[in-house]
Amino acid sequence: MLKRKSKSEYVMKKERYEMRFCGSGGQGVITAAVIFAEAAGVFGDYYVCQTQSYGPQSRGGSSKAEVIISTKEIDYPKVVKMDCFLAMNQTALDAFFSNFETDGLLIVDSTFVEQVPTSGAISLPFTEIARELGKEIVANIVALGAIGYLSGKVSMENLEKAVIARVPEKFRELNIEALHAGIELAKNVNVDNLSHSPSLDDIYGHTD
Amino acid sequence: MVEHAAKVRHDFLRHDMNFPHVWCPGCGLGIVLGSLIRATSSLNIPQDDLVLASGIGCTGRMSAYVDFNTLHTTHGRALTFATGIKLAKPNLTVMTVMGDGDATAIGGNHFIHAARRNLNITAIIVNNMIYGMTGGQYSPTTPYGSKATTAPYGHVEQAFSIAELAVAAGASYVARGTVHHVPQLDGLIKGGIQKKGFSVIEIMSNCHTYYGRQNGLSDPVEYQKYFKKNAVSVKKAAEMSAAEMEGKFSIGVLADIEQPAYVEEYQHIRDNACKEMAEKGEKKGGDCAQERRDEM
Amino acid sequence: MQSSSEDQSQKYLLQGNEAIVEGALAAGCRFFAGYPITPSSEIAEIMSRKLPTLGGTFIQMEDEIASMGAIVGASLAGAKSLTATSGPGFSLMQENLGYASMTEVPLVVVNVMRGGPSTGLPTSPSQADVMQARWGTHGDHAIIVLAVSSVADSYEITIQAFNLAEKYRTPVILLSDEIVGHTREVISLPPDQPVPIFNRIKPSVPPEWYLPYEDNSRGVPPMADIGSGYRHHVTGLMHDAKGFPNFSPGVTGGFLKRQYRKLANGADEIQMTKQFMLDDAEVAIITYGCVSRSAIRAVRMAREQGIKAGFLQLVTLWPFPKKAVDAVCRRCRAVLVPEMNMGQMVREVRAVNQNATLEQLNRFDGGFITPAILFRKLMSL
Repeated sequence: MLKRKSKSEYVMKKERYEMRFCGSGGQGVITAAVIFAEAAGVFGDYYVCQTQSYGPQSRGGSSKAEVIISTKEIDYPKVVKMDCFLAMNQTALDAFFSNFETDGLLIVDSTFVEQVPTSGAISLPFTEIARELGKEIVANIVALGAIGYLSGKVSMENLEKAVIARVPEKFRELNIEALHAGIELAKNVNVDNLSHSPSLDDIYGHTD
Repeated sequence: MVEHAAKVRHDFLRHDMNFPHVWCPGCGLGIVLGSLIRATSSLNIPQDDLVLASGIGCTGRMSAYVDFNTLHTTHGRALTFATGIKLAKPNLTVMTVMGDGDATAIGGNHFIHAARRNLNITAIIVNNMIYGMTGGQYSPTTPYGSKATTAPYGHVEQAFSIAELAVAAGASYVARGTVHHVPQLDGLIKGGIQKKGFSVIEIMSNCHTYYGRQNGLSDPVEYQKYFKKNAVSVKKAAEMSAAEMEGKFSIGVLADIEQPAYVEEYQHIRDNACKEMAEKGEKKGGDCAQERRDEM
Repeated sequence: MQSSSEDQSQKYLLQGNEAIVEGALAAGCRFFAGYPITPSSEIAEIMSRKLPTLGGTFIQMEDEIASMGAIVGASLAGAKSLTATSGPGFSLMQENLGYASMTEVPLVVVNVMRGGPSTGLPTSPSQADVMQARWGTHGDHAIIVLAVSSVADSYEITIQAFNLAEKYRTPVILLSDEIVGHTREVISLPPDQPVPIFNRIKPSVPPEWYLPYEDNSRGVPPMADIGSGYRHHVTGLMHDAKGFPNFSPGVTGGFLKRQYRKLANGADEIQMTKQFMLDDAEVAIITYGCVSRSAIRAVRMAREQGIKAGFLQLVTLWPFPKKAVDAVCRRCRAVLVPEMNMGQMVREVRAVNQNATLEQLNRFDGGFITPAILFRKLMSL
């Protein structure tokens, strides 16, 4: 097995942390990114920058959101090298996987992703869990709980505050339940035990 | 009576360097201007509260002559400027004066939408069936078969009936008059201004210089006779067949309905918005743009 | 209702478009007329929700031509007014924008730029409307054009846009773009140091003495609201001090000269720029809008490699900030002008200093100019 930096150590020392959330339109990845950014920047003390891109359709098609979290003022607002990548389905994973940092976190929804590009991927059944909770639509919040826990960039308390601030009151309970289901899911993952996604350098001895 | 007319002219026309006006001798626009100031003066509205916005063309020049708050805007857009003024200061009495090309060709979209919104504005449309200022080109109201400088072989398009168009678009008050039936015209304009909501007064007027000369009506007096002969009261027209109405048009009030007008409706929006904000405990206006929405 | 200083400042995660609304409302904007178009639509949507709670008015017009006419009318009646659009809609606004210029009506037009021409690239970013903003309406005219690069800018510069419009009796164009408009960043509102608000100067003479277009030392005549007792005529025709049509050469020439002079008088305040690591810079980037973000990063990357790089951000695009640009061109051995268009502002930079070693870098495919592209170019200068 390749030698690698501890993921948690890597997360801690990064001044600028770059995240990408993607899925199909309607899977709520933009909402998840916005809530994450609010947890880190409004309820937490980071500088944050959240951007997104999507096609003309409101439902269906791929959508992508990015969050930059930094201890310093953010210049370039978009991802250069992804430190954390959430993919809610296979198409979006394949479309937006480029510029993934080899030491980064790759988290996928195992409900819709069958093939992962690296053995270091964390596959969690976000949509299945959401279905069990009664509404598939909260899969994004389950994922948010997991990614929040694993990234180490937000406190669970701030994440919960951010969810409450964004979600309409009548769906609050369901969303909080979903968030905690995601956090519990992530607690079973040991980030430092994951295998490392190899770079070309690791394999061929030269840099990409 | 003569004294009264002199006082109206003195009070409602500007004393600056605006006269003599730009219109041809015998033009119907002078008669429309007279009707407009008689109608407004009879309503005892302070001149500071009167607004007249016009577009471009011979009719567009009318705004410069009256001593109100006046705007001479861009071609076809008088209603858009008037919309902004009325909504920013709803206490003002806002009127527009436009020509047929101005209101129904280049400004046709603004015209039907102002009617649909039922904005509290009085739109006076002077219909001389031609573009006068640019030299006699055909307009949306040029009758089929007429000649124009851009229809030298005869016009093949059908004409709009402006008043009927306004009725269909939802105006609260719609009337048609002519520059021959002047006392009636005074009353129609007055009725339009008094009406809450969008009102339209279409005025059949003569451009003997351009329409007339190309279509056998080059004498303004003959033109007046043409109006006299072909205008039929709305009541009488209702009893006539389509064949009998051929070449004629109705005059009088075509529509006068009570319906919610925009200014009052928008005040409801303000009240409801404030109420909703208070119920949610949110701060009014600025500093809280929290959007709750998914993929936008 | 302006936020008073007692108001507790609070953090919000806002999009650039949302921050423009907050800035406009803080500046006193109470009238908005617009027509939906991505990527600007959020501005209209939020205005429709907020303005009525402030006693203001929102209206969605039948098109952008009407929107522009309505905000000119509302501003003439005394309401600070805004519209927001993107390239295609901005083209439709040009005629009435010329009317606003001719009649000296303060208002702000936001153009959240996207790729063009025509329907073009909805909704990929672009900076290709900088020349349309300057020369879009027909005829000679003076105009102020500002460009924003962040959410913080979108708030502050929108307030400045209203202030300049009111102070100089002129339409102001605020250029944003798809990236800035849709990027969310944290902003504290109301800000700790509120931006002072400027309101148009009203006449101090009785109505019978009022000349709505009379020259004075500033070249900016006082402005009376419609319905305030100062009855006067407003026309898009060339006009005299009273506002009546007048085509005599003495009047028309003087009128246009005053339009240009009033902005020249205020150049120090109007021509806003921001500097980054320019003091000892040997190579510099000059740009505006979203590309500023990449430029700052590229300068940092170059500095890490020992290259003395700096950056001049043009907040005001028009009147073109010649002095600041010239100073950079004189000081640096090479200047890079990156733009997300085929090369528009670079022409102005070249005109300001023809001796400078000037490099242009253009991207016009709907993509963002990244820091890496700029860095590579900087290293090659």
